[in-house]
Amino acid sequence: MTTNLIQAHGLTKRYGDFVAVAGIDFHVAKGESFGLLGPNGAGKSSTMRIIAATSQRTGGDIKILDKDPNLHGPQIRAHLGVVPQQDNLDTELTVEQNLFVYGRYFGLSSSFIKNKIEELLDFAQLVEKRDVKVDALSGGMKRRLTIARALISEPDILMLDEPTTGLDPQARHILWDRLFRLKEQGVTLVITTHYMDEAEQLCDRLVVMDKGKIMAEDSPAGLIKTYSTKEVLEVRFGSERNAEMSEKLKQHCERIEVLPDRILMYADDAEKVLEEIIKQGIHPITSLVRRSSLEDVFLRLTGRSLIE
Amino acid sequence: MIIATAVEIADRRAGRLGDKYYAGRARSVMNRNFTAFKSSTWLVVLSGFIEPVLYLFAFGFGLGQFIGDVEVSNNVISYAVFIAPGLLATSAMNGAIYDSTWNVFFKMHESRLYQGMLATSLGPLDVALGEIAWALLRGLIYAIGFVAIVAPLGLIPSWWGILAIPASVLIAFGFAAIGMAITSYISSFQQMGAINLALLPMFLFSGAFYPIEVFPESAQILIKALPLHHGVSLIRGLTLGEIDISLLGHAGYFVIMIALGLFFTTKRLTALFMR
Ligand SMILES: Nc1ncnc2c1ncn2[C@@H]1O[C@H](COP(=O)(O)OP(=O)(O)O)[C@@H](O)[C@H]1O
Ligand SMILES: [Mg+2]
Repeated sequence: MTTNLIQAHGLTKRYGDFVAVAGIDFHVAKGESFGLLGPNGAGKSSTMRIIAATSQRTGGDIKILDKDPNLHGPQIRAHLGVVPQQDNLDTELTVEQNLFVYGRYFGLSSSFIKNKIEELLDFAQLVEKRDVKVDALSGGMKRRLTIARALISEPDILMLDEPTTGLDPQARHILWDRLFRLKEQGVTLVITTHYMDEAEQLCDRLVVMDKGKIMAEDSPAGLIKTYSTKEVLEVRFGSERNAEMSEKLKQHCERIEVLPDRILMYADDAEKVLEEIIKQGIHPITSLVRRSSLEDVFLRLTGRSLIE
Repeated sequence: MIIATAVEIADRRAGRLGDKYYAGRARSVMNRNFTAFKSSTWLVVLSGFIEPVLYLFAFGFGLGQFIGDVEVSNNVISYAVFIAPGLLATSAMNGAIYDSTWNVFFKMHESRLYQGMLATSLGPLDVALGEIAWALLRGLIYAIGFVAIVAPLGLIPSWWGILAIPASVLIAFGFAAIGMAITSYISSFQQMGAINLALLPMFLFSGAFYPIEVFPESAQILIKALPLHHGVSLIRGLTLGEIDISLLGHAGYFVIMIALGLFFTTKRLTALFMR
Protein backbone atom coordinates (compact mmCIF):
# COMPACT_ATOMS: atom_id res chain seq x y z
CA MET A 1 0.00 0.00 0.00
CA THR A 2 1.45 3.32 -1.05
CA THR A 3 0.78 6.49 0.89
CA ASN A 4 -0.36 8.16 -2.32
CA LEU A 5 -4.12 8.38 -2.74
CA ILE A 6 -3.73 9.05 -6.45
CA GLN A 7 -0.94 7.84 -8.70
CA ALA A 8 -0.89 8.51 -12.46
CA HIS A 9 1.64 7.44 -15.11
CA GLY A 10 1.49 8.56 -18.72
CA LEU A 11 -2.20 9.39 -18.28
CA THR A 12 -3.74 10.16 -21.67
CA LYS A 13 -7.18 11.24 -22.84
CA ARG A 14 -8.16 11.54 -26.48
CA TYR A 15 -11.49 12.68 -27.86
CA GLY A 16 -11.41 11.22 -31.36
CA ASP A 17 -8.14 12.46 -32.85
CA PHE A 18 -7.79 15.31 -30.39
CA VAL A 19 -5.41 14.75 -27.49
CA ALA A 20 -6.75 16.58 -24.41
CA VAL A 21 -4.37 15.01 -21.87
CA ALA A 22 -1.03 14.06 -23.36
CA GLY A 23 0.60 11.53 -21.06
CA ILE A 24 0.98 13.12 -17.64
CA ASP A 25 2.56 11.80 -14.44
CA PHE A 26 1.49 13.00 -11.03
CA HIS A 27 0.61 11.80 -7.56
CA VAL A 28 -1.45 13.12 -4.67
CA ALA A 29 -0.51 12.24 -1.10
CA LYS A 30 -2.93 11.87 1.77
CA GLY A 31 -3.79 15.16 3.47
CA GLU A 32 -2.20 17.41 0.89
CA SER A 33 -3.81 20.05 -1.21
CA PHE A 34 -2.87 19.44 -4.82
CA GLY A 35 -3.52 21.84 -7.67
CA LEU A 36 -3.77 21.71 -11.45
CA LEU A 37 -3.05 25.22 -12.70
CA GLY A 38 -3.52 26.02 -16.36
CA PRO A 39 -5.47 28.08 -18.88
CA ASN A 40 -8.77 27.07 -20.46
CA GLY A 41 -8.41 23.96 -22.58
CA ALA A 42 -5.28 22.74 -20.76
CA GLY A 43 -6.96 19.42 -19.96
CA LYS A 44 -7.70 20.04 -16.28
CA SER A 45 -11.35 19.02 -16.31
CA SER A 46 -10.58 15.97 -18.42
CA THR A 47 -8.01 14.89 -15.83
CA MET A 48 -10.47 15.53 -13.00
CA ARG A 49 -13.16 13.42 -14.65
CA ILE A 50 -10.76 10.53 -15.04
CA ILE A 51 -9.83 10.73 -11.35
CA ALA A 52 -13.54 10.94 -10.47
CA ALA A 53 -14.13 7.69 -12.40
CA THR A 54 -16.68 9.36 -14.68
CA SER A 55 -14.50 9.31 -17.79
CA GLN A 56 -12.32 6.53 -19.13
CA ARG A 57 -8.68 7.21 -19.89
CA THR A 58 -7.51 6.26 -23.36
CA GLY A 59 -3.92 5.56 -22.36
CA GLY A 60 -1.50 5.28 -19.45
CA ASP A 61 -2.30 4.21 -15.93
CA ILE A 62 -4.01 5.67 -12.93
CA LYS A 63 -4.75 4.25 -9.51
CA ILE A 64 -7.04 5.91 -7.02
CA LEU A 65 -6.66 4.36 -3.56
CA ASP A 66 -4.89 1.50 -5.34
CA LYS A 67 -7.90 0.84 -7.57
CA ASP A 68 -8.31 1.20 -11.33
CA PRO A 69 -11.20 3.59 -12.05
CA ASN A 70 -12.09 1.76 -15.26
CA LEU A 71 -12.87 -1.35 -13.22
CA HIS A 72 -14.12 -0.08 -9.87
CA GLY A 73 -16.10 3.10 -10.59
CA PRO A 74 -18.70 2.94 -7.81
CA GLN A 75 -16.15 1.79 -5.20
CA ILE A 76 -13.81 4.66 -6.07
CA ARG A 77 -16.56 7.25 -6.26
CA ALA A 78 -17.59 6.29 -2.71
CA HIS A 79 -14.28 7.81 -1.56
CA LEU A 80 -14.70 11.05 -3.49
CA GLY A 81 -16.58 14.30 -3.16
CA VAL A 82 -16.95 15.97 -6.53
CA VAL A 83 -17.51 19.67 -7.21
CA PRO A 84 -17.81 19.90 -11.00
CA GLN A 85 -16.88 22.98 -13.02
CA GLN A 86 -20.55 23.59 -13.87
CA ASP A 87 -23.02 23.34 -11.01
CA ASN A 88 -25.45 20.47 -11.36
CA LEU A 89 -27.59 20.97 -8.30
CA ASP A 90 -31.10 19.55 -8.38
CA THR A 91 -33.16 22.60 -9.29
CA GLU A 92 -36.47 20.94 -8.46
CA LEU A 93 -35.43 20.54 -4.82
CA THR A 94 -34.65 22.77 -1.84
CA VAL A 95 -31.20 23.21 -0.30
CA GLU A 96 -31.85 20.66 2.43
CA GLN A 97 -33.50 18.18 0.04
CA ASN A 98 -30.49 18.43 -2.27
CA LEU A 99 -28.21 17.31 0.55
CA PHE A 100 -30.53 14.56 1.75
CA VAL A 101 -31.19 13.05 -1.65
CA TYR A 102 -27.48 13.11 -2.50
CA GLY A 103 -26.59 11.28 0.70
CA ARG A 104 -29.12 8.61 -0.24
CA TYR A 105 -27.39 8.09 -3.59
CA PHE A 106 -24.43 6.86 -1.54
CA GLY A 107 -26.74 4.57 0.43
CA LEU A 108 -26.16 6.43 3.72
CA SER A 109 -28.75 6.06 6.46
CA SER A 110 -31.34 8.80 7.01
CA SER A 111 -30.25 9.41 10.59
CA PHE A 112 -26.63 9.82 9.57
CA ILE A 113 -27.55 12.20 6.75
CA LYS A 114 -29.85 14.28 8.95
CA ASN A 115 -27.08 14.93 11.47
CA LYS A 116 -24.60 15.61 8.74
CA ILE A 117 -26.93 18.12 7.07
CA GLU A 118 -26.97 20.31 10.20
CA GLU A 119 -23.17 20.34 10.28
CA LEU A 120 -22.89 21.08 6.55
CA LEU A 121 -25.52 23.83 6.44
CA ASP A 122 -23.60 25.51 9.21
CA PHE A 123 -20.29 25.02 7.41
CA ALA A 124 -21.67 26.35 4.12
CA GLN A 125 -23.41 29.25 5.90
CA LEU A 126 -26.73 28.22 4.44
CA VAL A 127 -28.73 27.52 7.61
CA GLU A 128 -31.28 30.23 6.79
CA LYS A 129 -31.62 28.99 3.23
CA ARG A 130 -32.40 25.36 4.04
CA ASP A 131 -35.97 25.47 2.70
CA VAL A 132 -35.20 27.59 -0.35
CA LYS A 133 -35.12 26.09 -3.85
CA VAL A 134 -31.66 26.26 -5.34
CA ASP A 135 -32.67 28.51 -8.25
CA ALA A 136 -33.16 31.30 -5.73
CA LEU A 137 -29.54 31.09 -4.47
CA SER A 138 -26.71 33.41 -5.53
CA GLY A 139 -23.77 32.00 -7.47
CA GLY A 140 -21.58 31.86 -4.36
CA MET A 141 -24.27 30.11 -2.33
CA LYS A 142 -24.80 27.52 -5.07
CA ARG A 143 -21.09 26.84 -5.08
CA ARG A 144 -21.04 26.45 -1.29
CA LEU A 145 -24.01 24.11 -1.49
CA THR A 146 -22.26 22.05 -4.15
CA ILE A 147 -19.25 21.76 -1.83
CA ALA A 148 -21.47 20.85 1.13
CA ARG A 149 -23.17 18.23 -1.05
CA ALA A 150 -19.80 16.76 -1.99
CA LEU A 151 -18.94 16.46 1.72
CA ILE A 152 -22.09 14.55 2.70
CA SER A 153 -20.36 11.18 2.30
CA GLU A 154 -17.29 12.28 4.31
CA PRO A 155 -15.01 11.75 1.32
CA ASP A 156 -11.29 10.97 1.54
CA ILE A 157 -10.63 13.25 -1.42
CA LEU A 158 -12.50 16.42 -2.32
CA MET A 159 -12.27 17.26 -6.01
CA LEU A 160 -12.84 20.92 -6.89
CA ASP A 161 -12.94 21.91 -10.57
CA GLU A 162 -12.52 25.68 -10.78
CA PRO A 163 -14.31 26.29 -7.49
CA THR A 164 -14.49 30.09 -7.74
CA THR A 165 -14.69 30.78 -11.47
CA GLY A 166 -17.46 33.25 -12.20
CA LEU A 167 -17.81 34.48 -8.61
CA ASP A 168 -17.34 38.04 -7.41
CA PRO A 169 -14.31 38.80 -5.20
CA GLN A 170 -16.25 38.72 -1.95
CA ALA A 171 -17.86 35.37 -2.71
CA ARG A 172 -14.45 34.01 -3.70
CA HIS A 173 -12.95 35.02 -0.37
CA ILE A 174 -15.76 33.37 1.59
CA LEU A 175 -15.23 30.20 -0.42
CA TRP A 176 -11.47 30.25 0.08
CA ASP A 177 -12.01 30.58 3.80
CA ARG A 178 -14.26 27.49 3.79
CA LEU A 179 -11.78 25.49 1.74
CA PHE A 180 -8.97 26.54 3.99
CA ARG A 181 -10.87 25.12 6.96
CA LEU A 182 -11.23 21.79 5.19
CA LYS A 183 -7.53 21.80 4.46
CA GLU A 184 -6.81 22.38 8.15
CA GLN A 185 -9.06 19.46 9.03
CA GLY A 186 -6.78 17.28 6.90
CA VAL A 187 -9.12 16.70 3.95
CA THR A 188 -7.18 15.87 0.80
CA LEU A 189 -8.01 18.45 -1.86
CA VAL A 190 -7.52 18.27 -5.61
CA ILE A 191 -8.18 21.69 -7.12
CA THR A 192 -8.07 22.99 -10.67
CA THR A 193 -7.88 26.68 -11.34
CA HIS A 194 -6.71 29.24 -13.82
CA TYR A 195 -6.37 31.83 -11.05
CA MET A 196 -2.82 32.05 -9.79
CA ASP A 197 -3.90 33.72 -6.54
CA GLU A 198 -6.23 30.81 -5.87
CA ALA A 199 -3.46 28.31 -6.51
CA GLU A 200 -1.10 30.24 -4.23
CA GLN A 201 -3.71 30.45 -1.46
CA LEU A 202 -4.94 26.89 -1.46
CA CYS A 203 -2.34 24.52 -2.91
CA ASP A 204 0.55 22.91 -1.07
CA ARG A 205 1.85 21.57 -4.34
CA LEU A 206 0.79 22.05 -7.90
CA VAL A 207 1.45 21.16 -11.49
CA VAL A 208 1.34 23.75 -14.23
CA MET A 209 -0.58 22.35 -17.20
CA ASP A 210 -0.71 23.58 -20.76
CA LYS A 211 -2.07 21.86 -23.87
CA GLY A 212 -2.48 18.56 -22.08
CA LYS A 213 1.08 18.46 -20.74
CA ILE A 214 2.62 19.14 -17.35
CA MET A 215 5.18 21.94 -17.66
CA ALA A 216 6.41 22.01 -14.05
CA GLU A 217 5.64 20.70 -10.60
CA ASP A 218 6.44 22.08 -7.13
CA SER A 219 5.05 24.14 -4.26
CA PRO A 220 3.90 27.64 -5.28
CA ALA A 221 6.98 29.17 -3.61
CA GLY A 222 9.25 26.55 -5.14
CA LEU A 223 7.94 27.22 -8.63
CA ILE A 224 8.45 30.95 -8.23
CA LYS A 225 11.94 30.39 -6.94
CA THR A 226 12.88 28.09 -9.81
CA TYR A 227 11.23 29.87 -12.70
CA SER A 228 11.21 33.51 -11.69
CA THR A 229 13.09 36.14 -9.73
CA LYS A 230 12.03 37.49 -6.36
CA GLU A 231 10.56 40.67 -7.80
CA VAL A 232 9.21 42.13 -11.01
CA LEU A 233 9.20 45.65 -12.35
CA GLU A 234 6.26 46.41 -14.62
CA VAL A 235 6.71 49.40 -16.87
CA ARG A 236 4.50 50.93 -19.58
CA PHE A 237 5.49 53.17 -22.45
CA GLY A 238 2.31 52.94 -24.54
CA SER A 239 1.79 49.98 -26.82
CA GLU A 240 3.74 51.43 -29.81
CA ARG A 241 6.99 51.98 -27.96
CA ASN A 242 7.15 48.80 -25.87
CA ALA A 243 9.12 46.76 -28.42
CA GLU A 244 11.64 49.53 -29.09
CA MET A 245 12.18 50.22 -25.36
CA SER A 246 12.71 46.58 -24.49
CA GLU A 247 16.04 46.65 -26.40
CA LYS A 248 17.33 49.39 -24.08
CA LEU A 249 15.94 47.81 -20.92
CA LYS A 250 17.26 44.28 -21.47
CA GLN A 251 20.70 44.88 -19.97
CA HIS A 252 19.23 46.13 -16.65
CA CYS A 253 17.50 42.91 -15.58
CA GLU A 254 17.86 39.12 -15.53
CA ARG A 255 15.00 38.49 -17.95
CA ILE A 256 12.47 40.56 -19.84
CA GLU A 257 8.96 39.82 -21.17
CA VAL A 258 7.20 42.15 -23.58
CA LEU A 259 3.43 41.97 -23.33
CA PRO A 260 1.05 43.92 -25.58
CA ASP A 261 0.37 46.53 -22.90
CA ARG A 262 3.46 46.45 -20.68
CA ILE A 263 7.01 45.23 -20.17
CA LEU A 264 7.94 42.91 -17.30
CA MET A 265 11.49 43.18 -15.99
CA TYR A 266 12.62 40.35 -13.73
CA ALA A 267 15.17 41.01 -10.95
CA ASP A 268 15.63 40.18 -7.29
CA ASP A 269 15.64 43.88 -6.42
CA ALA A 270 13.20 45.60 -8.76
CA GLU A 271 13.34 48.91 -6.93
CA LYS A 272 17.01 49.16 -7.82
CA VAL A 273 16.29 48.42 -11.48
CA LEU A 274 13.77 51.23 -11.57
CA GLU A 275 16.30 53.66 -10.10
CA GLU A 276 18.90 52.57 -12.66
CA ILE A 277 16.71 53.06 -15.72
CA ILE A 278 15.57 56.47 -14.50
CA LYS A 279 19.21 57.41 -14.06
CA GLN A 280 19.68 56.42 -17.74
CA GLY A 281 16.99 58.93 -18.64
CA ILE A 282 14.32 56.34 -19.37
CA HIS A 283 10.95 57.47 -18.02
CA PRO A 284 8.07 54.98 -18.24
CA ILE A 285 4.47 56.32 -18.19
CA THR A 286 3.74 54.09 -15.22
CA SER A 287 5.85 51.72 -13.19
CA LEU A 288 5.07 49.10 -10.56
CA VAL A 289 7.28 46.98 -8.35
CA ARG A 290 5.75 43.70 -7.17
CA ARG A 291 6.67 40.20 -5.97
CA SER A 292 6.83 37.43 -8.54
CA SER A 293 3.71 35.27 -8.83
CA LEU A 294 2.65 32.07 -10.50
CA GLU A 295 1.51 34.19 -13.43
CA ASP A 296 5.19 34.94 -14.07
CA VAL A 297 6.03 31.26 -13.79
CA PHE A 298 3.40 30.43 -16.38
CA LEU A 299 4.63 33.15 -18.69
CA ARG A 300 8.15 31.85 -18.43
CA LEU A 301 7.09 28.26 -19.07
CA THR A 302 4.75 28.85 -21.99
CA GLY A 303 5.42 32.34 -23.30
CA ARG A 304 1.74 33.11 -22.79
CA SER A 305 -0.28 34.59 -20.01
CA LEU A 306 -2.64 32.47 -17.94
CA ILE A 307 -5.84 34.39 -18.61
CA GLU A 308 -6.22 35.48 -22.21
CA MET B 1 -24.41 2.14 16.97
CA ILE B 2 -22.01 1.68 14.09
CA ILE B 3 -23.03 3.56 10.99
CA ALA B 4 -21.85 2.26 7.64
CA THR B 5 -19.74 4.72 5.63
CA ALA B 6 -20.19 5.35 1.92
CA VAL B 7 -17.08 3.28 1.26
CA GLU B 8 -18.28 0.29 3.29
CA ILE B 9 -21.62 0.42 1.53
CA ALA B 10 -20.00 0.47 -1.90
CA ASP B 11 -17.51 -2.28 -1.01
CA ARG B 12 -20.31 -4.67 -0.08
CA ARG B 13 -21.16 -5.05 -3.74
CA ALA B 14 -17.58 -5.18 -4.99
CA GLY B 15 -16.83 -8.28 -7.02
CA ARG B 16 -20.44 -9.08 -7.80
CA LEU B 17 -21.58 -9.43 -11.38
CA GLY B 18 -22.16 -6.01 -12.95
CA ASP B 19 -20.83 -4.06 -9.95
CA LYS B 20 -19.55 -1.39 -12.38
CA TYR B 21 -23.08 -0.68 -13.56
CA TYR B 22 -25.34 -1.44 -10.66
CA ALA B 23 -24.99 -0.53 -6.99
CA GLY B 24 -28.39 -1.93 -5.96
CA ARG B 25 -29.80 1.50 -5.14
CA ALA B 26 -32.37 2.32 -7.83
CA ARG B 27 -34.54 3.17 -4.79
CA SER B 28 -32.47 6.26 -4.03
CA VAL B 29 -33.28 7.60 -7.49
CA MET B 30 -36.97 6.92 -6.88
CA ASN B 31 -36.64 8.68 -3.55
CA ARG B 32 -35.32 11.74 -5.36
CA ASN B 33 -38.27 11.68 -7.76
CA PHE B 34 -40.74 11.30 -4.93
CA THR B 35 -39.19 14.27 -3.14
CA ALA B 36 -39.49 16.40 -6.29
CA PHE B 37 -43.01 15.09 -6.93
CA LYS B 38 -44.22 16.16 -3.48
CA SER B 39 -43.46 19.77 -4.30
CA SER B 40 -44.61 19.73 -7.94
CA THR B 41 -47.94 21.05 -9.13
CA TRP B 42 -50.84 18.66 -8.76
CA LEU B 43 -52.28 19.87 -12.02
CA VAL B 44 -49.63 18.00 -14.00
CA VAL B 45 -50.25 14.88 -11.98
CA LEU B 46 -53.99 15.07 -12.44
CA SER B 47 -53.86 15.66 -16.18
CA GLY B 48 -52.27 12.25 -16.83
CA PHE B 49 -55.22 10.66 -15.07
CA ILE B 50 -57.99 12.76 -16.54
CA GLU B 51 -57.04 12.43 -20.20
CA PRO B 52 -58.21 8.82 -20.81
CA VAL B 53 -61.32 9.45 -18.75
CA LEU B 54 -62.23 12.41 -20.97
CA TYR B 55 -61.65 10.33 -24.10
CA LEU B 56 -63.86 7.63 -22.66
CA PHE B 57 -66.76 10.00 -22.07
CA ALA B 58 -66.36 11.82 -25.38
CA PHE B 59 -65.95 8.76 -27.58
CA GLY B 60 -67.32 5.84 -25.57
CA PHE B 61 -70.55 7.49 -24.50
CA GLY B 62 -70.81 10.40 -26.94
CA LEU B 63 -69.77 8.87 -30.23
CA GLY B 64 -70.82 5.44 -28.96
CA GLN B 65 -74.50 6.44 -29.13
CA PHE B 66 -74.28 6.75 -32.90
CA ILE B 67 -72.17 3.64 -33.37
CA GLY B 68 -74.27 1.34 -31.24
CA ASP B 69 -72.91 -2.10 -30.44
CA VAL B 70 -69.79 -3.64 -31.91
CA GLU B 71 -69.12 -7.26 -32.71
CA VAL B 72 -65.70 -8.57 -31.77
CA SER B 73 -64.92 -12.27 -32.16
CA ASN B 74 -68.59 -13.28 -31.91
CA ASN B 75 -69.17 -11.08 -28.85
CA VAL B 76 -71.57 -8.19 -29.11
CA ILE B 77 -70.49 -5.38 -26.81
CA SER B 78 -71.18 -1.66 -26.46
CA TYR B 79 -68.71 0.73 -28.02
CA ALA B 80 -67.64 2.03 -24.58
CA VAL B 81 -66.74 -1.50 -23.51
CA PHE B 82 -64.74 -1.82 -26.72
CA ILE B 83 -62.63 1.31 -26.32
CA ALA B 84 -62.10 1.33 -22.52
CA PRO B 85 -59.21 -1.21 -22.71
CA GLY B 86 -57.82 0.63 -25.74
CA LEU B 87 -57.71 3.85 -23.76
CA LEU B 88 -56.07 2.15 -20.80
CA ALA B 89 -53.31 0.77 -23.03
CA THR B 90 -52.91 4.11 -24.78
CA SER B 91 -52.63 6.10 -21.58
CA ALA B 92 -50.07 3.62 -20.25
CA MET B 93 -48.07 4.28 -23.39
CA ASN B 94 -48.42 8.05 -23.29
CA GLY B 95 -47.51 8.36 -19.62
CA ALA B 96 -44.47 6.13 -19.97
CA ILE B 97 -43.29 7.90 -23.10
CA TYR B 98 -43.69 11.33 -21.54
CA ASP B 99 -41.67 10.34 -18.47
CA SER B 100 -38.98 8.55 -20.40
CA THR B 101 -38.49 11.09 -23.17
CA TRP B 102 -39.14 14.72 -22.21
CA ASN B 103 -38.35 14.23 -18.54
CA VAL B 104 -35.24 12.20 -19.21
CA PHE B 105 -34.05 14.54 -21.94
CA PHE B 106 -34.30 17.47 -19.56
CA LYS B 107 -32.43 15.70 -16.79
CA MET B 108 -29.75 14.54 -19.18
CA HIS B 109 -29.01 17.74 -21.07
CA GLU B 110 -30.55 20.71 -19.28
CA SER B 111 -30.33 20.19 -15.53
CA ARG B 112 -27.37 17.77 -15.78
CA LEU B 113 -29.03 15.77 -13.03
CA TYR B 114 -27.67 12.43 -14.17
CA GLN B 115 -24.10 13.74 -14.14
CA GLY B 116 -24.63 14.55 -10.47
CA MET B 117 -26.04 11.12 -9.71
CA LEU B 118 -23.27 9.34 -11.58
CA ALA B 119 -20.60 11.24 -9.65
CA THR B 120 -21.73 9.29 -6.57
CA SER B 121 -21.30 5.58 -5.97
CA LEU B 122 -24.41 4.87 -8.07
CA GLY B 123 -24.03 3.11 -11.42
CA PRO B 124 -25.82 3.88 -14.69
CA LEU B 125 -28.19 0.93 -14.29
CA ASP B 126 -29.33 2.29 -10.91
CA VAL B 127 -30.26 5.54 -12.62
CA ALA B 128 -32.04 3.85 -15.53
CA LEU B 129 -33.96 1.43 -13.29
CA GLY B 130 -34.85 4.12 -10.76
CA GLU B 131 -36.23 6.42 -13.42
CA ILE B 132 -38.21 3.65 -15.08
CA ALA B 133 -39.51 2.26 -11.79
CA TRP B 134 -40.75 5.71 -10.89
CA ALA B 135 -42.57 6.05 -14.20
CA LEU B 136 -44.15 2.64 -13.59
CA LEU B 137 -45.30 3.55 -10.13
CA ARG B 138 -47.12 6.52 -11.56
CA GLY B 139 -48.49 4.34 -14.35
CA LEU B 140 -49.77 1.86 -11.76
CA ILE B 141 -51.61 4.55 -9.86
CA TYR B 142 -53.19 5.91 -13.04
CA ALA B 143 -54.25 2.41 -14.10
CA ILE B 144 -55.86 1.70 -10.73
CA GLY B 145 -57.66 5.02 -10.94
CA PHE B 146 -58.94 4.30 -14.44
CA VAL B 147 -60.15 0.82 -13.58
CA ALA B 148 -61.81 2.13 -10.43
CA ILE B 149 -63.85 4.56 -12.53
CA VAL B 150 -64.58 2.26 -15.44
CA ALA B 151 -65.46 -1.00 -13.65
CA PRO B 152 -68.51 0.35 -11.75
CA LEU B 153 -69.84 1.64 -15.09
CA GLY B 154 -69.92 -1.96 -16.28
CA LEU B 155 -67.19 -1.44 -18.88
CA ILE B 156 -65.10 -4.39 -17.67
CA PRO B 157 -67.32 -7.43 -18.14
CA SER B 158 -64.83 -10.06 -16.94
CA TRP B 159 -63.10 -10.57 -13.60
CA TRP B 160 -59.96 -11.23 -15.57
CA GLY B 161 -60.09 -7.47 -16.05
CA ILE B 162 -58.30 -7.03 -12.71
CA LEU B 163 -55.19 -8.23 -14.52
CA ALA B 164 -55.49 -5.24 -16.82
CA ILE B 165 -53.77 -3.27 -14.03
CA PRO B 166 -50.51 -5.25 -14.00
CA ALA B 167 -50.76 -5.58 -17.77
CA SER B 168 -50.80 -1.83 -18.20
CA VAL B 169 -47.74 -1.59 -15.95
CA LEU B 170 -46.02 -4.12 -18.22
CA ILE B 171 -46.96 -2.03 -21.25
CA ALA B 172 -45.69 1.12 -19.57
CA PHE B 173 -42.44 -0.66 -18.69
CA GLY B 174 -41.88 -1.64 -22.31
CA PHE B 175 -42.51 1.86 -23.62
CA ALA B 176 -40.48 3.50 -20.84
CA ALA B 177 -37.48 1.26 -21.47
CA ILE B 178 -37.51 1.87 -25.22
CA GLY B 179 -38.32 5.56 -24.78
CA MET B 180 -35.37 6.05 -22.47
CA ALA B 181 -33.06 4.17 -24.80
CA ILE B 182 -34.11 6.36 -27.74
CA THR B 183 -33.84 9.55 -25.68
CA SER B 184 -30.32 8.69 -24.64
CA TYR B 185 -29.29 8.74 -28.32
CA ILE B 186 -30.99 12.07 -29.01
CA SER B 187 -29.20 15.38 -28.68
CA SER B 188 -31.71 18.06 -29.70
CA PHE B 189 -35.27 19.11 -29.03
CA GLN B 190 -36.13 18.87 -32.75
CA GLN B 191 -35.36 15.17 -32.74
CA MET B 192 -37.52 14.82 -29.65
CA GLY B 193 -40.45 16.16 -31.67
CA ALA B 194 -40.04 13.23 -34.07
CA ILE B 195 -40.91 10.80 -31.27
CA ASN B 196 -44.33 12.40 -30.87
CA LEU B 197 -44.83 12.27 -34.61
CA ALA B 198 -44.22 8.53 -34.55
CA LEU B 199 -46.64 8.00 -31.66
CA LEU B 200 -49.65 9.71 -33.21
CA PRO B 201 -50.32 7.21 -36.04
CA MET B 202 -49.77 4.36 -33.62
CA PHE B 203 -52.39 5.88 -31.34
CA LEU B 204 -54.88 6.27 -34.20
CA PHE B 205 -54.39 2.99 -36.06
CA SER B 206 -53.52 0.36 -33.44
CA GLY B 207 -57.04 -0.82 -32.79
CA ALA B 208 -57.85 1.27 -29.75
CA PHE B 209 -60.87 2.89 -31.42
CA TYR B 210 -61.98 0.25 -33.97
CA PRO B 211 -60.90 -3.27 -34.92
CA ILE B 212 -57.89 -3.36 -37.22
CA GLU B 213 -59.74 -5.81 -39.47
CA VAL B 214 -61.15 -2.79 -41.34
CA PHE B 215 -57.76 -2.42 -43.00
CA PRO B 216 -56.41 -4.52 -45.90
CA GLU B 217 -54.33 -7.55 -45.00
CA SER B 218 -50.98 -5.87 -45.77
CA ALA B 219 -51.68 -2.88 -43.52
CA GLN B 220 -52.74 -5.22 -40.74
CA ILE B 221 -49.37 -6.95 -40.82
CA LEU B 222 -47.69 -3.60 -40.35
CA ILE B 223 -49.96 -2.66 -37.46
CA LYS B 224 -49.39 -6.01 -35.78
CA ALA B 225 -45.68 -5.27 -35.70
CA LEU B 226 -46.31 -2.15 -33.62
CA PRO B 227 -46.20 -2.33 -29.82
CA LEU B 228 -49.42 -0.47 -29.07
CA HIS B 229 -51.47 -3.04 -30.98
CA HIS B 230 -50.12 -5.73 -28.65
CA GLY B 231 -50.90 -3.56 -25.65
CA VAL B 232 -54.48 -2.96 -26.75
CA SER B 233 -55.02 -6.62 -27.60
CA LEU B 234 -53.60 -7.78 -24.28
CA ILE B 235 -55.77 -5.52 -22.18
CA ARG B 236 -58.88 -6.05 -24.28
CA GLY B 237 -58.46 -9.81 -24.00
CA LEU B 238 -58.34 -9.45 -20.23
CA THR B 239 -61.24 -7.04 -19.78
CA LEU B 240 -63.47 -9.11 -22.09
CA GLY B 241 -62.32 -12.34 -20.49
CA GLU B 242 -61.14 -13.81 -23.80
CA ILE B 243 -58.21 -15.71 -22.38
CA ASP B 244 -56.02 -17.65 -24.76
CA ILE B 245 -52.42 -18.31 -25.60
CA SER B 246 -52.17 -15.21 -27.80
CA LEU B 247 -52.18 -13.04 -24.65
CA LEU B 248 -48.85 -14.56 -23.68
CA GLY B 249 -47.53 -13.58 -27.09
CA HIS B 250 -48.64 -9.99 -26.57
CA ALA B 251 -47.04 -9.93 -23.12
CA GLY B 252 -43.87 -11.48 -24.51
CA TYR B 253 -43.59 -8.63 -26.98
CA PHE B 254 -43.28 -6.22 -24.05
CA VAL B 255 -40.80 -8.40 -22.19
CA ILE B 256 -38.53 -8.18 -25.21
CA MET B 257 -39.01 -4.40 -25.41
CA ILE B 258 -38.00 -4.11 -21.75
CA ALA B 259 -34.88 -6.19 -22.18
CA LEU B 260 -33.74 -4.32 -25.28
CA GLY B 261 -34.57 -0.92 -23.80
CA LEU B 262 -32.64 -1.54 -20.57
CA PHE B 263 -29.67 -2.95 -22.43
CA PHE B 264 -29.33 0.03 -24.76
CA THR B 265 -30.06 2.61 -22.06
CA THR B 266 -27.36 1.29 -19.76
CA LYS B 267 -24.91 0.99 -22.63
CA ARG B 268 -25.64 4.50 -23.79
CA LEU B 269 -25.59 6.10 -20.32
CA THR B 270 -22.23 4.45 -19.74
CA ALA B 271 -20.92 5.82 -23.04
CA LEU B 272 -22.35 9.29 -22.45
CA PHE B 273 -21.21 9.85 -18.92
CA MET B 274 -18.14 7.67 -18.68
CA ARG B 275 -16.44 9.17 -21.75
N1 LIG C 1 -16.27 15.52 -24.23
C1 LIG C 1 -15.38 16.13 -25.03
N2 LIG C 1 -15.36 15.88 -26.36
C2 LIG C 1 -14.47 16.48 -27.17
N3 LIG C 1 -13.54 17.35 -26.77
C3 LIG C 1 -13.49 17.66 -25.46
C4 LIG C 1 -14.41 17.07 -24.54
N4 LIG C 1 -14.14 17.55 -23.31
C5 LIG C 1 -13.10 18.41 -23.46
N5 LIG C 1 -12.71 18.47 -24.75
C6 LIG C 1 -11.60 19.28 -25.29
O1 LIG C 1 -10.42 18.91 -24.60
C7 LIG C 1 -9.64 20.05 -24.29
C8 LIG C 1 -9.37 20.09 -22.80
O2 LIG C 1 -10.59 20.36 -22.16
P1 LIG C 1 -10.74 20.43 -20.59
O3 LIG C 1 -10.23 19.17 -20.01
O4 LIG C 1 -12.13 20.81 -20.30
O5 LIG C 1 -9.74 21.61 -20.24
P2 LIG C 1 -9.75 22.65 -19.03
O6 LIG C 1 -10.62 22.10 -17.95
O7 LIG C 1 -8.33 22.76 -18.63
O8 LIG C 1 -10.28 23.93 -19.57
C9 LIG C 1 -10.40 21.25 -24.81
O9 LIG C 1 -9.83 21.62 -26.04
C10 LIG C 1 -11.79 20.75 -24.99
O10 LIG C 1 -12.43 21.40 -26.07
MG1 LIG D 1 -12.24 22.90 -17.06
